[in-house]
Amino acid sequence: MNPRWRVWLVAGLAAAVAAGAIYFPVLRRRIQRAARLQAQSVEQARRELSQPVTIAPGEPRVKAQLFWASREEDGGLAAVTVELPLAKEPVLRAKQVLNTLLAGPVDAELRTLPPDAALLEFYLLPDGTAIADFSEPLATSLPSGIESEKLAVESIARTLEANVPQVQRLKILIHGQETETLAGHLDLTDAFAVKTGSSPAPAAPGAGPGAATPAVVAPAVAAAPAAGAPAKLTPGTAPGKLSPAEKKP
Amino acid sequence: MRIASLFLVLGGAVILLAAAQAQQVPAARSAGAAQQTPAPLIPAPVQVPPPQAPPQRATLKIVVLDPAHGGTDPGARGTGGMRESEMVLSLAAQIRAALEKQGFSVLQTRQGNDNPSFDDRAAMANAQRGAVFVTLHIGSTGLPGSVRVYTLPDFPAAAPAPDGLLAWDRAQAAVLPLSRKFAELAQAEFAQRFKGSPGSAQTAPVRQLRSLAVPAIAVELSSVSVEDSAVLEQMGPGVASAIARAVAEFKAVYDAAPVPGARP
Repeated sequence: MNPRWRVWLVAGLAAAVAAGAIYFPVLRRRIQRAARLQAQSVEQARRELSQPVTIAPGEPRVKAQLFWASREEDGGLAAVTVELPLAKEPVLRAKQVLNTLLAGPVDAELRTLPPDAALLEFYLLPDGTAIADFSEPLATSLPSGIESEKLAVESIARTLEANVPQVQRLKILIHGQETETLAGHLDLTDAFAVKTGSSPAPAAPGAGPGAATPAVVAPAVAAAPAAGAPAKLTPGTAPGKLSPAEKKP
Repeated sequence: MRIASLFLVLGGAVILLAAAQAQQVPAARSAGAAQQTPAPLIPAPVQVPPPQAPPQRATLKIVVLDPAHGGTDPGARGTGGMRESEMVLSLAAQIRAALEKQGFSVLQTRQGNDNPSFDDRAAMANAQRGAVFVTLHIGSTGLPGSVRVYTLPDFPAAAPAPDGLLAWDRAQAAVLPLSRKFAELAQAEFAQRFKGSPGSAQTAPVRQLRSLAVPAIAVELSSVSVEDSAVLEQMGPGVASAIARAVAEFKAVYDAAPVPGARP
């Protein structure tokens, strides 16, 4: 090879290495950004897409009752009255009170739901069955245990009962899916009866529990007589098909 | 040569005689057996069970202990690395010893770090006659050192199937009153031993209890949030004696009750 050409070749190669060295940090940053975007979960994307429900300042302020953990009674709930401008439309109203419940009380120790949990969607079927779809942290960040899981579901059910009278039953989904338990203990396969009125007695369940109840099972008969303490959390009537038949604006 | 032939003939005769006798022995035995049970010449009258026979009562003799979680499911986890699945396993061993001292047989749904399904655990109990089921938990919340007992809330039982079988996912409804009685006895024992425990049992839709066709309770200790696991370990003997005593008291109720799940 001609020595002159050899010099040109070496110079060209050196220039290419220098350009690569300059471009490498830029390329690295771009790859890291792309990886972060891929890691964004479907749930996050869904949360971004769903419109946040805010308290409408134009609505008349009403006294809403929210149920958080009781400071006095271990394992109990206490009602806290908060004045909020709530919508009259039941689905919007339910979203507003549940978002306020998720935001938590002034004292964080009295929380019943994890701070990173979010309400993804809320449906109300014509038969009064509410379907509340929560993000995964409701199950994964909730302290595991019978008492803690019971308090979580009761706080949701009683808050709905106090503020959205149209809700008769509550079915909880996690990230759009039916799950067997909330965090390993509490049965989520049924809809829970949301009692109406001030009586602490459990609402009389109608049909059998479980949307997944085998079709061979005959219609339910009367419940066994209660011998113990009154139930606060009662599996209610199965909501039937869980497709959101009527989504009100 | 003649002597050899004679021996051969004699030997053959002896073998034939022995074979003939061997054939006669089984024949004689079978003949004797036939004499003992002669074939009936007249058909025997068909035995009909008396109408409205009193239902058989089961006696409580087995306790199925269920250390919850296990395997890949650690259950509740404390800040100090405590795992519910491990704590309840050692707790079950203490309860087992106390129950066996009282004369009860004890079965465990798991012996090691495995995680049978809810249905597998229920199937073990449902295969027993004269059994109760106790599922053991340690929660994340609650007053440290307290114990709570749960049964299912009221829920409708399925109509009995024509073949008398119970619906699997509603099996507990048939024995819920007995479970409530068992729970009250157990909670009273815990309230005596552990300060801060409620005076009466509570209800919660605990998934594990749903498919059990035997009286069943869930016991939850508080809690893995304690910094020192010794707090929970010290509760072991008290929990064991409380459950053993409650089972012994409940035996009188159980033995006097109609067969659980029996059709009227």
